[in-house]
Amino acid sequence: MTRKRARLQRIAIGGAAWAVALWVFFPILWMVLTGFKTEPDAISTPPHLIFHPTLSSYREVFARETYWHFALNSVTISVLASIAAILLSIPAAYAMAFLPGRRTRGTLLWMLSTRMLPPVGVLVPIYLLARSTGLLDTRTGLVVIYTLTNLPIMVWMLYTFFREVPVPILEAGRMDGATRWQEITQVLLPLALPGIASTGLLSMILCWNEAFWSLNLTSSAAAPLPTFIASFSSPEGLFFAKLSAASTLAVAPILVFGWLSQKQLVRGLTFGAVK
Amino acid sequence: MRVGSPPARIFKQALRRCAGLSMLVLAAGPAHAASTLTIATVNNADMVIMKQLSGEFEKSHPDIHLNWVTLEENVLRQRVTTDIATRSGQFDILTIGNYEVPIWAKQGWLAALSPDAAYDADDILPSVKAGLTVDGKLYALPFYAESVMTYYRKDLFAKAGLTMPDAPTYDQIRTFADKITDKGNQVYGLCLRGKPGWGENMAYVTSLVNTFGGQWFDMAWRPMLDSAEWKAALTWYVGALKADGPPGATSNGFNENLALFGSGHCGMWIDSTVAGGLLFDPAQSHVAGNVGFAAAPLGPYGKGPTWLWSWNLAIPASSSHTADAQTFVTWATSKEYVRLVARTHGWVAVPAGTRLSTYDSAEYQKAAPFASFVHTAIDRADPNGPTKQPRPYGGAQFVAIPQFQAIGTQVGQIVAAALSGQTSVDQALTTAQASVTRTVRQSGLMR
Amino acid sequence: MDQAARRIPVAAPVGRPSHARRTGGALLLSPAVILLLIWSLVPLAMTLWYSVRRYNLVDPTQVGFAGASNYVYLLTDPDFITALLNTAILVGGVLVITVGLGTLLAVLFDQSFLGRGIARVLVISPFFVMPTVSALLWKNLMLHPIYGVYSAMMRAVGLTPVDWLSRYPLATLVMIVSWEWLPFAILILLTAIQSLDAEQKEAARMDGAGPLAQFRYIILPHLSRAITVVIMIETIFLLAVFAEISVTTAGGPGVASTNLAFLIYSRALLQFDVGGASAGGVVAIVIANIVAAFLLRAVARNLEA
Repeated sequence: MTRKRARLQRIAIGGAAWAVALWVFFPILWMVLTGFKTEPDAISTPPHLIFHPTLSSYREVFARETYWHFALNSVTISVLASIAAILLSIPAAYAMAFLPGRRTRGTLLWMLSTRMLPPVGVLVPIYLLARSTGLLDTRTGLVVIYTLTNLPIMVWMLYTFFREVPVPILEAGRMDGATRWQEITQVLLPLALPGIASTGLLSMILCWNEAFWSLNLTSSAAAPLPTFIASFSSPEGLFFAKLSAASTLAVAPILVFGWLSQKQLVRGLTFGAVK
Repeated sequence: MRVGSPPARIFKQALRRCAGLSMLVLAAGPAHAASTLTIATVNNADMVIMKQLSGEFEKSHPDIHLNWVTLEENVLRQRVTTDIATRSGQFDILTIGNYEVPIWAKQGWLAALSPDAAYDADDILPSVKAGLTVDGKLYALPFYAESVMTYYRKDLFAKAGLTMPDAPTYDQIRTFADKITDKGNQVYGLCLRGKPGWGENMAYVTSLVNTFGGQWFDMAWRPMLDSAEWKAALTWYVGALKADGPPGATSNGFNENLALFGSGHCGMWIDSTVAGGLLFDPAQSHVAGNVGFAAAPLGPYGKGPTWLWSWNLAIPASSSHTADAQTFVTWATSKEYVRLVARTHGWVAVPAGTRLSTYDSAEYQKAAPFASFVHTAIDRADPNGPTKQPRPYGGAQFVAIPQFQAIGTQVGQIVAAALSGQTSVDQALTTAQASVTRTVRQSGLMR
Repeated sequence: MDQAARRIPVAAPVGRPSHARRTGGALLLSPAVILLLIWSLVPLAMTLWYSVRRYNLVDPTQVGFAGASNYVYLLTDPDFITALLNTAILVGGVLVITVGLGTLLAVLFDQSFLGRGIARVLVISPFFVMPTVSALLWKNLMLHPIYGVYSAMMRAVGLTPVDWLSRYPLATLVMIVSWEWLPFAILILLTAIQSLDAEQKEAARMDGAGPLAQFRYIILPHLSRAITVVIMIETIFLLAVFAEISVTTAGGPGVASTNLAFLIYSRALLQFDVGGASAGGVVAIVIANIVAAFLLRAVARNLEA
């Protein structure tokens, strides 16, 4: 293979990859751009590629809704639910990976099958439960639900990570007289940290984007960003620009967070589940 | 922060309940503690203005704080219904339609309202007020109300040498539409709701069917969708939209059509009267100078209920701040509020369709040339009036029974399928008849 | 974790833990198991109970025992089969697209090219966008037959814009949902490819294997476990797709894009028929468990390997 052909091939590959990346990203880019248009600009045909950017839609969005209140709820709920799910799933995954019994596999599969409970079918029972426990419109309520819905996936992912940890290392620790607590906190967790981090990241993303329970179980005090979007999604009058601005605001934090932590996510996954 | 543990929350709630009770007792007393009202509302333009202006209310009522929950209509409806039916008491003030008010009032879920003399309840348009009254008591106060009328583009009519009569018939509408349609320039003669939903395409279709002489049920609750009248109405609807409608008619609801008409893509549009204020607003509409209006068209039957919708403020019986809530509700639906909006946003933006005094105002008539049309349309909406055959239900463009949300949505989808060409009109009506029959059987309405 | 440690062969999990250790294991497992038991059994019990009751939130006159009538109502619905079929097409279609395209793109993005880091970040971005927003975005800004960017592009080249959501509702939904999940597949599969030893690939290349042969005999077998992971997680979410449908087509036109979750919603929950919705919930749980049984068995086999 000549050097020239190799270079041409590289350019072709780069071109194809970039074309795909831009095509996939385009809708998001367009949403961000539309947020900076005026309402009539946003529905002009054909669409204007070059326009005079304005912050008027953003101003209106901020004037109408207290964005920071929703964003803070989203952050609090996602972080707390992810931490809770990880704290619960570490011991469970440890037991499954290192102390397997006859029923371990069955338990794991059963856990995953609980995740398939369809929300529309159980809305009213859950609503009644939330009401009688005083958890309606509280962050605690959503944290509990998100912890429980994500738990099976977390346990399963951590289990696959833990299985990659060489048993001899743990055994060596045990020979030195480490208690189980020390074995977990001082040997296992440091080794599996990348895996735990990416599990947590995935949980954060899933919590942030959940829109069924958050819309139905909260109203104001604990309402996260999906509720914020629901107040802009189809009002009377022109709304494309405002909707785009609100959507950009709702998506931006997790998108930037995802971009920044992308390497971490990949590093963790490499370590376990998909190796 | 309210992350408190569950027992703490229950305790707090119990406290609040007690506080609420004592407040009821003390309501007449001079001073009471500050209360927070949670208001659930839709994201429509008039409500957005109300939210903006509510600062004025808080200024004049320093002991009442307002907490707003603004949601898209469908989400709001599901949220509020679940809340009130389970008596969860999350909201103190609800924004609900005249569809819900009588049904909920009969369940005892709403607090009866007794506005004082200064409020002048007799100033409310009679047909609107009738829809909110059950057994002589008012259960909600109207924030704005709408009926139906025909919008058209004067410039396009002039160019085609046509004149719109004050009260057109559906045959005329079709003829006009055929003449105006110019698909090459993306001008479509007729825009109508096609987006499935009981409050979207079925609102229009129900009023169309009424004037064609059809109806949803006979006195024994037997569905009548297999009648010749339904067939005639639906055939007109599908035929007209296919020939002269915009592409993608099945995804156009009120809002989409408003945008289409406002950006110059529609020749005519038959829809809610609230669109008037928006189409005449040059900031929202490119065709503000060329909008004409006429009454809603008449079909072969020529009578029948047309359309009456109102968005109202109501107070759930489970609220612990009934007295304060009523203070806000009467403020937001008062004559003073109308004047406040006129001062801050201009007369064209005031909530329409609720008060006679609004229509008597010379300033409003000047700012809103469509005012008298809207007034007449609401007066003639006749939601409990006779259909061609006697009917057991009330409602103009809906059926005032709890099952209608599901029925309307289902039939709305079937009508949309006919409109998109997936099924024929005959096929659609057979399917619709069967599915409505199933639902009324299951719910025990029809034996 | 450093390379040296990773090279240590993974011993099979210790043969048979002692009795004491197994008791400890049960203890460690119990918090998660107990919570999940409560979470799955309490709503399930309530759902089962309501599903045989006549119970409508907005009609308190409906009370009493309903027998099987709630189930009969749902199962004899002429649209039930359509909804099942649509669910299968939606899940299957998205899985085929995301796994198929995801594998190819993962290989593509594994090559070195200019600006690879940024391109990768762009391509995984849709995964971070909430489903409601992506549905609104595609419906209004991209595919709208008049204002949509895609329609403008079609008009620019002299074609008539297609009203995607009413002409091809299910296919369009498959497309939108695939857009949301393709990044996830790429992320997982790319990671898996990267963990493949460069030496192994190099060796294959030295042996004269062409790119196709390398893909077929080295990369694909290596990916099988990652692919099961993708299928597993995606299926969990795809069975319950709801927001995308309710925002874009509301299940229509007709029932062309109604899946099981949306059918339950529109037949029962919309009229606040708790009995009917519960029966639907039970049916959905049974179906999900049938799917789960097949799927999980496949996953489990792959995980043991």
